[in-house]
Amino acid sequence: MKTVFSSLFFKILKNSFEFFSKVFGVLVSSVYFASAFSNDLTTKYNLREPASLMAEDLHVAHWVLMGICLVIFVIVFGFMFYSIYAHRKSKGVKPADFHESTTIEIAWTAIPLLIVIGIGVYATPLVMAQKDTTNADITIKVTGYQWKWGYEYLRGEGEGIKFYQTLVTPYEQRINTAPKTKDYLIQVDNALVVPVDKKIRMVITANDVIHAWSIPAMGVKQDAIPGFVRDSWFKANKMGTFTGQCSELCGKDHAFMPISLKVVSAEEYSDWVADQTQTNSTSNLQENNLINEVVSIASTSHEQEGGL
Amino acid sequence: MSAVLDPHGHATDDHAHDHRPQGWRRWLFATNHKDIGTMYLWFSFSMLLLGGVLALGIRAELFQPGLQVVQPELFNQLTTMHGLIMVFGAIMPAFVGFANWMIPLQIGAPDMAFARMNNLSFWLVIPAALLLMASFFVPGGATAAGWTLYAPLSIQMGLGMDLAIFAIHILGASSIMGSINIVTTILNMRAPKMTLMKMPLFVWTWLITAYLLIAVMPVLAGAITMVLTDRHFGTSFFNAAGGGDPVMYQHIFWFFGHPEVYIMILPAFGIISEIIPTFTRKRLFGYSSMVYATASIAVLSFVVWAHHMFTTGMPLTGQLFYMYATMLIAVPTGVKIFNWLATMWRGSMTFETPMLFSIGFIVVFTIGGLTGIILSVAPLDIQLHDTYYVVAHFHYVLVAGSLFALFAGVYYWLPKWTGNMYSEFLGKTHFWLSMIFFNITFFPMHFLGLAGMPRRYADYPMQFADFNMVASIGAFGFGFAQLVFLYCVIKCINGGEKVGPDPWNAKEGNDGVSLEWTIPSPAPFHTFETPPANEFPDR
Repeated sequence: MKTVFSSLFFKILKNSFEFFSKVFGVLVSSVYFASAFSNDLTTKYNLREPASLMAEDLHVAHWVLMGICLVIFVIVFGFMFYSIYAHRKSKGVKPADFHESTTIEIAWTAIPLLIVIGIGVYATPLVMAQKDTTNADITIKVTGYQWKWGYEYLRGEGEGIKFYQTLVTPYEQRINTAPKTKDYLIQVDNALVVPVDKKIRMVITANDVIHAWSIPAMGVKQDAIPGFVRDSWFKANKMGTFTGQCSELCGKDHAFMPISLKVVSAEEYSDWVADQTQTNSTSNLQENNLINEVVSIASTSHEQEGGL
Repeated sequence: MSAVLDPHGHATDDHAHDHRPQGWRRWLFATNHKDIGTMYLWFSFSMLLLGGVLALGIRAELFQPGLQVVQPELFNQLTTMHGLIMVFGAIMPAFVGFANWMIPLQIGAPDMAFARMNNLSFWLVIPAALLLMASFFVPGGATAAGWTLYAPLSIQMGLGMDLAIFAIHILGASSIMGSINIVTTILNMRAPKMTLMKMPLFVWTWLITAYLLIAVMPVLAGAITMVLTDRHFGTSFFNAAGGGDPVMYQHIFWFFGHPEVYIMILPAFGIISEIIPTFTRKRLFGYSSMVYATASIAVLSFVVWAHHMFTTGMPLTGQLFYMYATMLIAVPTGVKIFNWLATMWRGSMTFETPMLFSIGFIVVFTIGGLTGIILSVAPLDIQLHDTYYVVAHFHYVLVAGSLFALFAGVYYWLPKWTGNMYSEFLGKTHFWLSMIFFNITFFPMHFLGLAGMPRRYADYPMQFADFNMVASIGAFGFGFAQLVFLYCVIKCINGGEKVGPDPWNAKEGNDGVSLEWTIPSPAPFHTFETPPANEFPDR
């Protein structure tokens, strides 16, 4: 009898070990080999597959914090559920008579404090990196409109290109009279095109109400505020198409102004720029002056915004 | 006294001063804290159902991708009004209802300090609620700018926005009056031997909450007044073209909004701190550290507001400051959780409905707290800002936090209010249905948010379809579970096993400090007309 139980116990232990290593394996692979499983159109369970160093750092940071939170949760509620299991009136337990302890109060104030200090120290370089918009290779101005995006290449290769980006998913799909495609609601007419491995500074503003420009795979999200310019940056390390959606309530078609970003190689980018400049050759001197003016405003805005 | 006359004698004794008006006058002219408390509770429950119906409208639309039930215009009205009604109509008045009923009973006061102002506080919330509801039927419909009413979107809204502004002004006035009443009552009308550090914790949390309310409601009033003058009187507080700044609205709003979060959770902490000792038959662990923790949370709540605004793009130092300050809140909140667990540790626990809801509160609220730590990290917050992760986070602290604590409180004090015991079977059914459906509704939202689904979206890409369907199913389950609660409460009011003054034997766990359990159940119309001479132990 005893051997049966011990072998059963061993089996359970072995199985659960296998289960956990499997789960852990999936977790690890979903961080580092996510490309095999997911992309922007299919991600369901976790942050999107990172396509920039910043997004990778965020991905790791999220796992680290999840780990800390899970450990805290298991320890704290391990105590609670043990107590619920063991300290019941129905088991004839007589209540103990303690109700204060300065030592223990100090301990459980100090330990969480140390944990959050640790998290703070860990997160600080990330915050600093995210705010560092200097030394960009290309600067692009984004303008949020109700309900579409406008882009203007202000500096770097492609300077002068401008276009709008609107949703092209047919209305029939939205009202369920046509079958929905896989890229439902994130299909746009003109994708924003940038070269891979180049630092892109986005100068972001809006025309009417507040919008937010966001590409999760790059780890970028920045409110577009009418009358003000804010900036953000990303540096894609993977080629492909990445999507995002307006992330600040902006009225009735808030859900219908997606963002699409195409990251291409340097050569493809040059070809694209040549192509665009040909079609955009009508742009005249007056417009260029306007662009220069915006550049000067935008490049000083970062320093000027002392106030919150 | 002869045996024949005795019952009459008792009857006149009990009701000698009971000159309460009958019929509608009793309620319209109510000055009795118990009647006003009851009205607050019924009002907030009807608002909970109304806000819940709006939420079900949202979930019905999001059941599948595509537009099936409502158009985006109406969808945005539903999300906005769901938020406004739940925050200002359901959760806040419910806690005020508890304050009205329980604070005088717990401190041994005959009534609230300003009984007539109390009447006005309550009767102001009715026109405010009517204004909010009426706003759906004016041209352009209700405001659709989100419950945060961010400018400049709120400047674009129609007449419904003005009605909402008016309603919030009225609710704010009502809250401030209620808070002044609560502060005055607690500071001046305690039983002679009840020093501040001997008050029940529910009273402590409400004292601190009332100060928070007095501090921040005028700030909200200022913000929405500026929206109003921007809309109609040509000012440009939030219009860059006129020298204003849209982000300033967010700063002002969240200076109100973050303490507001604690206004909605601190009294919940108080209720839980009353219930756990009773059902563990053991005194609350670390009473004074609980008080200090509550006060620290209140103080910190004034310096963390901009963590709601990391994506507006503030300077590096601003981001770092708000990130660190936000993380600090985890410390006193953790202290509270640990103290509850230490209270349970080596107690002698039973698991009646109030205790189940309290344990459920601790577990699920802690999940919300832990996602709060993740969100406090600015770069991750930027990634998750305005996604369903945030929706999941604040429903974990507001529904499973505040609302579960309110349910716990209702079951705990229902025998005191009605004199009847509720049906434990119905209560437990309500708990398990709520707990399970709550998690089915809101847990998948974490995944939706991580994968990048923005909130306040009437329609979504295909990858979010599965979890939205799960969440919608859970939401309908959660909604219908609340009908069990309604039935249970009505059944209890209409009858049930009669209970004595202390049905839970609460004295055992509280060392006789809970005055509300010394008076008969149901609580007589007038209580503590002479201050109780009870001694209270050091805590």
